[in-house]
Amino acid sequence: MDKPIRVLVAKPGLDGHDRGAKVIARAFRDAGMEVIYTGLRQTPEQIVETAIQEDVEVVAMSILSGAHNHLFPIVVNMLRERGADDVLVVGGGVIPDDDIPVLKEAGVAEIFTPGTPTTKAIEFIKQNVKRK
Amino acid sequence: MSDMDSLDRIGKAKRDWEEQKLEKLLAKRPERKDKFVTGSNAEVERLYTPVDVEQLDYLEDLGFPGEYPYTRGVQPTMYRGRLWTMRQYAGFATAEESNKRYKYLLEQGQTGLSVAFDLPTQIGYDSDHPLSEGEVGKVGVAIDSLKDMEILFDGIPLDKVSTSMTINAPAAVLLAMYIAVAEKQGVTSDKLNGTIQNDILKEYIARGTYIFPTKPSMRLITDIFEYCAKHVPKWNTISISGYHIREAGSTAAQEVAFTLADGIAYVQAAINAGLEVDQFAPRLSFFFNSHNDLLEEVAKFRAARRLWAKIMKERFKAKDPKSMMLRFHTQTGGSTLTAQQPDNNIVRVAIQTLAAVLGGTQSLHTNSRDEALALPSEESVRIALRTQQIVAYESGVAETVDPLAGSYYVEAMTDRIEREAAEYIAKIDELGGAPEAIDKGYIQKEIQDSAYRYQMEVESGERVVVGVNKFQIEEQPPKGLLKVDPRVGEMQKAKLEELRRTRDNAKVNEELEKLKKAAAGDENLMPFILNAVRQYATLGEICGVLREVFGEYKQSIVL
Repeated sequence: MDKPIRVLVAKPGLDGHDRGAKVIARAFRDAGMEVIYTGLRQTPEQIVETAIQEDVEVVAMSILSGAHNHLFPIVVNMLRERGADDVLVVGGGVIPDDDIPVLKEAGVAEIFTPGTPTTKAIEFIKQNVKRK
Repeated sequence: MSDMDSLDRIGKAKRDWEEQKLEKLLAKRPERKDKFVTGSNAEVERLYTPVDVEQLDYLEDLGFPGEYPYTRGVQPTMYRGRLWTMRQYAGFATAEESNKRYKYLLEQGQTGLSVAFDLPTQIGYDSDHPLSEGEVGKVGVAIDSLKDMEILFDGIPLDKVSTSMTINAPAAVLLAMYIAVAEKQGVTSDKLNGTIQNDILKEYIARGTYIFPTKPSMRLITDIFEYCAKHVPKWNTISISGYHIREAGSTAAQEVAFTLADGIAYVQAAINAGLEVDQFAPRLSFFFNSHNDLLEEVAKFRAARRLWAKIMKERFKAKDPKSMMLRFHTQTGGSTLTAQQPDNNIVRVAIQTLAAVLGGTQSLHTNSRDEALALPSEESVRIALRTQQIVAYESGVAETVDPLAGSYYVEAMTDRIEREAAEYIAKIDELGGAPEAIDKGYIQKEIQDSAYRYQMEVESGERVVVGVNKFQIEEQPPKGLLKVDPRVGEMQKAKLEELRRTRDNAKVNEELEKLKKAAAGDENLMPFILNAVRQYATLGEICGVLREVFGEYKQSIVL
């Protein structure tokens, strides 16, 4: 049997809304993944450091404060700089449609907006993760 | 014939009805579901009769409005005397932009202000702090110093409006700024009306904008209680909030339980700090959510009032009736709004508004239809405010007090929620009180379990959310969403630079030094903070000094 997929669920920025992050973390775990949750108020540096230390294959970030355009691309770039460009980066939260193409351009593989079933995010990760 | 005989007869008649009518019907036409539940997953019976409320003692359990235990409301005439305060939470970008929105809302008939601050302000960082990058002006207005506060309330007479500020960890600083702006307008602090949220425990539980550890945070709160009792007597010194607990996924009963458990912790902390209960308790206020299950929400508000009255009277021996009255603000449920078919949210908000009003709220914020997508546009905010006005002036529900009292279902559910909440509070007492229960992650875990169960119910289709898992359509991306000018961060930085160049920095440092010494001791910190604010010390500088002395809170993570 395959090793479980290792996922880091992260809350970048100052936003304290973690209902979504915690629900998705639990859904990933119930889907058989190994999940690490960072807790609140993580800087991009901290997220990337944890991702590398924990050797994760996926970084799933949640943000509801509107700071996604600033923070998501920084995380992607820092992962690349540290040679971890094989890590699949996905994001979720209150993210306007207009911002999604920009974030994808910046290297975020997929954005999940409010109302997305957890199963859809799980399916996406299973199909797109690069196994180590 | 005694009441008991009458209840027996009703009970027997109900059994006859079930056997003779119902069973035959159910055999032919079964009900839609095997089990019916409320929005909070509590089981609902087919029919409620006097038998379900046989324990209810009218005088003891309901009484009269404005009288203990306040089940029917905190004022004798409720909305016949004065309608609730219509108070839309607003604030974004700069103080200038937000000032414009406030003036617009006041022109539209809003009766109180409610200030939303951006995240750096809520966490005590100035706009030029590295962690503020990308967050300045996003979820609320950026306030760095008294300068911004002067602009925010420019042309708004602070002796005429009441202002609610959603600020917690740095509540003392923002309150000090408000007092200082009033001074400049020639308004003394005893004339000020308003509320600071100032509820740190629910930040640890659910909302996340904490700064300091529990102990110094509780000290700041009791310092505010004490200071306001003397100097700002009409101010609501705390708004003990279930709103965010519910948004994090709790049930209605958990919302009541954890909010009142937090309330108990604040009252106890103030008593431990040497205050008399009746000296500060009349200024405690509450803040609840209003979700879609109309009747359960009405029952929730009534249960919360009754339970708090008993707690204050029996547990804390309060004598002043005002100490026993649970006065509350309500906001409609943000997490019930859908990004899909956003106009449907107008209907949800209307139902939630009805629940809040039938539940006897003192003030209300109605969410805008587009809030699952972005900050609300001006047009959406107007519809939200009109929703309140339609309920107030056209629906008729404001014309009599507590109109749902006596409904067998509502009374049975009021009892049920009160009972469940009291059980949770007993459990939290066993754990050593709310702060300890939070440190252990108990409260967070209970909420997360409810949130996860709800999500799974939606995904399985067991719980229908219109437009999300049923009745979906292909949609065009919504238009006219509000965008915050990305240059706000730069503008705030420039303002700060200017401020630091033009103020008397020697005086600023002197006041910050005094504050630091006081923080290390046990004096009331409010006067020191007020002096620093008057010299234009920034929010980040003041909180920075307190961070040095107090340290920072470490979140306990449970999944």
